[in-house]
Amino acid sequence: MNQNLQDLGDYLKNAIPDAVETVSQDHEQLIVVCRAQEIAAFLTFLRDDSNCLFKVLIDICGVDYPEREKRFEVVYHLQSLRLNQRIRVKVECGENDIIPSVCGVFSSANWYERETWDFFGIMFSDHPDLRRLLTDYGFDGHPLRKDFPLTGYVEVRYDEEQKRVVYEPVKLTQAFRSFDFMSPWEGAEYILPGDEKADEAAEGGS
Amino acid sequence: MAVTEIKNLTMNFGPQHPAAHGVLRLVLEMDGEIVERADPHIGLLHRGTEKLIEHKTYLQAVPYFDRLDYVSPMCQEHAFALAVENLLDITPPLRGQYIRVLYSEITRILNHLLNISAFALDVGAMTPLLWWFEEREILMEFYERVSGARLHSAYFRPGGVHRDMPDGLAEDIMAFVERFPAMIDDVEHLLTENRIFKQRTVDIGVATAEQAMDWGFSGPMLRGSGVAWDLRKSEPYDVYDKMDFDIPVGKNGDCYDRYLIRLEEMRQSLRIMKQCLEQMPGGPVRSTDPKISPPRRAEMKSSMEALIHHFKLYTEGYHVDPGETYVAVEAPKGEFGVYVVADGSNKPYRCKIRAPGFAFLQATDFLGKGYMLADVVAIVGSMDIVFGEIDR
Repeated sequence: MNQNLQDLGDYLKNAIPDAVETVSQDHEQLIVVCRAQEIAAFLTFLRDDSNCLFKVLIDICGVDYPEREKRFEVVYHLQSLRLNQRIRVKVECGENDIIPSVCGVFSSANWYERETWDFFGIMFSDHPDLRRLLTDYGFDGHPLRKDFPLTGYVEVRYDEEQKRVVYEPVKLTQAFRSFDFMSPWEGAEYILPGDEKADEAAEGGS
Repeated sequence: MAVTEIKNLTMNFGPQHPAAHGVLRLVLEMDGEIVERADPHIGLLHRGTEKLIEHKTYLQAVPYFDRLDYVSPMCQEHAFALAVENLLDITPPLRGQYIRVLYSEITRILNHLLNISAFALDVGAMTPLLWWFEEREILMEFYERVSGARLHSAYFRPGGVHRDMPDGLAEDIMAFVERFPAMIDDVEHLLTENRIFKQRTVDIGVATAEQAMDWGFSGPMLRGSGVAWDLRKSEPYDVYDKMDFDIPVGKNGDCYDRYLIRLEEMRQSLRIMKQCLEQMPGGPVRSTDPKISPPRRAEMKSSMEALIHHFKLYTEGYHVDPGETYVAVEAPKGEFGVYVVADGSNKPYRCKIRAPGFAFLQATDFLGKGYMLADVVAIVGSMDIVFGEIDR
């Protein structure tokens, strides 16, 4: 627990209670969960308030938790050069939710939001130019979602007969192997093959 | 009199152009020779590094960091190693930390050698590139002697570095540190007061301090605009707090100031390297926790425990407790950060890579607007763009 960060968190909670949901710390880093609709106002406050002065938006990224009700988290990293502090602001977001863009607050948010849209399919309202950024022209899907396969769906090759690059469904010469290292003694979340018989036997016997 | 209709010309710059520093496709809207709008199209080198890392153990993720910014590989491994160490709550032994700082500074020189000389080439000076590539080769030899590879070294690992430095390497690096300032002087004589070089760079691509912060600049791009900010000073990691060095800061925020800063940073790096070599203590170079770092070869021949640890480490890897962290280092280009979310398994749940060049490149439009086409080349050159890290 870092006391400075704790103080800053308490200050934010009191200053704009509408926006801040929770304040916590992880590995001596401050995490603030913010209401989605308030994010632009909250970041403006962080940028301009004399106790914060978080003038640099370091990064925006998404994290996908498919098992949650609101599956995405949008994570904003900010840095204050004056006070030498960092803060992480999170917004929870469902698959069809639209998050207000913060391009008007930080110019650098433009590409960060485009990248988040590209990789996760999270929509930002009022973004000046929400196009795909890093994936191919005409790419379909959002590759960093957990349900997108590592190999993707299509592969490209140059076709000598058609004299152009063609897209084809992925053909794997070797099946993709994902090794399971979860130890059954350390909290694996599945039932080992054969273990279900124990329950059946217990039910049948009683 | 007939009315002539004047239309802006849309021009495609790159992706295969020597001044595009890799695979930058820049769509320029030109009014004659003046750039009205620049729209960079990136992603031509996208390899899905973040997705791949989610499917690899923590140790297997290290080599991917070499391949991001392939001009300064070790600094990026450093960021990942520090992030995982933060999650695991371990501190590498002191000698390991010194070696990492020493090699981070070698990497900084390696990067600036390429950047300054390629920048000079972009604006018309060929000689620095020819001279300094020879020096780069010498530095890459230091890489090779310590890790076995010239470029993709995978040398900094969570818990320290992979192996100790071989005998005689410290002396050779010291000899290099003594000899190298003359090479910097040589190129400085060619460029710093050169009329053509100054005409191409002074007052080109100006960003004020406020603008630089607004666009998320870091490293020499931020310092060029007069902000005294360096993560090695403000958030010292490893043994940077024991080092005595200065941070050069620019005044005008133009391409010329960025060049001067990089030049001075190389001299400061030499100072740090010298201090590292003089102060370096003995002892282990990586964590002695057998759950994190592999046992010694000799031990494995006789100890069953060591053999089991070795097998488990290189197949399953180690599990990291749930948590998340953002750790940044001062890479030669600017702030290189890694945001790792761990879920208790042996693989990162999410690993977001924050590349400095990504923020610089999106400011191309803002920096290049109203300048000539040839100035855009100078601006892109002064940003220190490498596509491996931008496209990821």
